[in-house]
Amino acid sequence: MSDAAALAEVLREKRAQHLTRRDRGFKGLPLVQLTLVRFREFVREPEAVFWTFVFPILLAAGLGIAFRQQGLEQLQVGVVSRPGADTSVVAAMRRDSTLVLRAYDDSAGALALRTGKVALLVIPGMARDSVQYIYDRGRSEAASARLVADRAVQIGAGRVDPVRSSDTYVSEKGSRYIDFLVPGLLGMNLMGSSIWSLAFAIVVARSKKLLKRLMATPMSRFQYLLSFLFSRLFFLIIEVVTLIGFGYFAFDVPLRGSLAALMLIALLGAVSFGGLGLLVASRAKTVEAVSGIANFVMLPMWVFSGVFFSSSNFPEAVQPFIRLLPLTAVNDALRANMLEGASLAAVSPQLLVIVVWGVVSFLAALKLFRWR
Amino acid sequence: MVTTSPALQVEGLHKSYGDVVAVAGLDLEVHTGECFGLLGPNGAGKTTTIEICEGLLASDSGTVRVLGRTWDDDGRELRELLGIQLQDTQLAEKLTVDETLKVFQSFYSESRDVGAVIDLVELGEKRHARVGTLSGGQKQRLAVACAMVGDPELLFLDEPTTGLDPQSRRQMWNLVSQFRSDGKTILLTTHYMEEAERLCDRVAIVDHGRVIALGTPAELIDSVDFSHLPPPEPRKTHATLEDVFVSLTGRTLRDE
Repeated sequence: MSDAAALAEVLREKRAQHLTRRDRGFKGLPLVQLTLVRFREFVREPEAVFWTFVFPILLAAGLGIAFRQQGLEQLQVGVVSRPGADTSVVAAMRRDSTLVLRAYDDSAGALALRTGKVALLVIPGMARDSVQYIYDRGRSEAASARLVADRAVQIGAGRVDPVRSSDTYVSEKGSRYIDFLVPGLLGMNLMGSSIWSLAFAIVVARSKKLLKRLMATPMSRFQYLLSFLFSRLFFLIIEVVTLIGFGYFAFDVPLRGSLAALMLIALLGAVSFGGLGLLVASRAKTVEAVSGIANFVMLPMWVFSGVFFSSSNFPEAVQPFIRLLPLTAVNDALRANMLEGASLAAVSPQLLVIVVWGVVSFLAALKLFRWR
Repeated sequence: MVTTSPALQVEGLHKSYGDVVAVAGLDLEVHTGECFGLLGPNGAGKTTTIEICEGLLASDSGTVRVLGRTWDDDGRELRELLGIQLQDTQLAEKLTVDETLKVFQSFYSESRDVGAVIDLVELGEKRHARVGTLSGGQKQRLAVACAMVGDPELLFLDEPTTGLDPQSRRQMWNLVSQFRSDGKTILLTTHYMEEAERLCDRVAIVDHGRVIALGTPAELIDSVDFSHLPPPEPRKTHATLEDVFVSLTGRTLRDE
């Protein structure tokens, strides 16, 4: 081969190694590659998969079983019978199947009441015409145990009710604890996975100077942030389908609203929490710092936003603030959709809260974001 | 070599962090097609200078022209033309060598083939291994591969061989020599005088944020005045660049 031919060969080889965007095709697009990075980093982190998908299901299963309704509610009642006390009180209470009676002496009875083993302590008097109830007025099952026990005692002593009443029992799907819980868990999961997945990945990249290295390439910062959103959307679908599907098939949790609307609420929620995650990650330099910030942001919402119990338990004065929290808005909208079959229009105040949080936190994050 | 326009031109560069002056009126000119070494003790202002040239840091004053362009006017275009390896970047551990390079490749409108770059840095056997499993030398070569995948005109290497064993260092030297033989320009910093002597066409020695000596390694070695140095060891037949370095910057150790 002559020198000229050899040179031509070298040049041809060099050209073959040279690729333009067109040569690299769809999979070579930066947004596609960046989104693939998110996927790969997620699925190669088994703990992340567990916390995102398995944990909420285990939680729902555990709580669903613990709080399932077993026919009639049983009320635990302690009886402290002193020697020579009247026995007709105990006999009367035995006739009421709602009451489960346990006998104690004085000190054991006080302990059982204090530790919540019994809701009510009954002390029959020496004569037929007296009985003493000891209970905590603030506990709802204690108050109802007092009413039920007293009714049994009075009837046993010969009381005749002047009004004849009849009861019709209904069992409504949608009013059980599991029905309340599943939408709340979904909301909590959307918040947790959006905030953690963004905050962790970004802060790790920043602390390893990878963010700085990416800044030294022609990479678009907007596409970098967009790739988090894209991968979130994909995982979001899996999250919603597994948790809602589990509730629906295992516990018969109702899905009364439109599924498209449910998905849209979840999507808006995830994107909005993504903005919050970006804000959480905007300046932190270490994983420790970002964990603290993320918990600081999320903890009040776990407590106030009605995940495990209704936020109506909090005083009226703080209700307007609670309603303005993004997780409250997401949970309320999810519950309205699933349990009441509410339309999107009916939950528009909640959707507005979600969107405003998303936009404000995203803009604030862009302003504060430290790329190095 | 001097006939072409400079690849990098720095004039009167200043940069302070609070009260600490990192760069104090630094001038520099790197010709197209040369391998230029920036030497100096820790804290001399090498990394600050190189990061300003890379457009990652803003200077307080002074002008920087890279490939005839400025960061203010042609920042986007410059990003396409530069290959950058930073001192302390840790690439994502969960990705493979191939995946990492494909991500970097995707950012450039024109790039080299990932397989060819992997062969160039001799990571063929590790192509589908995760970054977390690579040795220090392999990680460093991957970092250089990431800098080269965009087919740059000018390559910045900030201490590319620090912490590497002699074998890995020599592999890195081959890589740099090959790149240079394609007519491309390299600016590197190093603590190893032997490395600078072997690789660099010209070197600048920087201390206290200024260039205190400039020339080819041979010129600098010839310029050493041995009278104020400790007596040379008897077996030494001629001075090395290391002697230049120590005579100019002193013998005291400087902390990181």
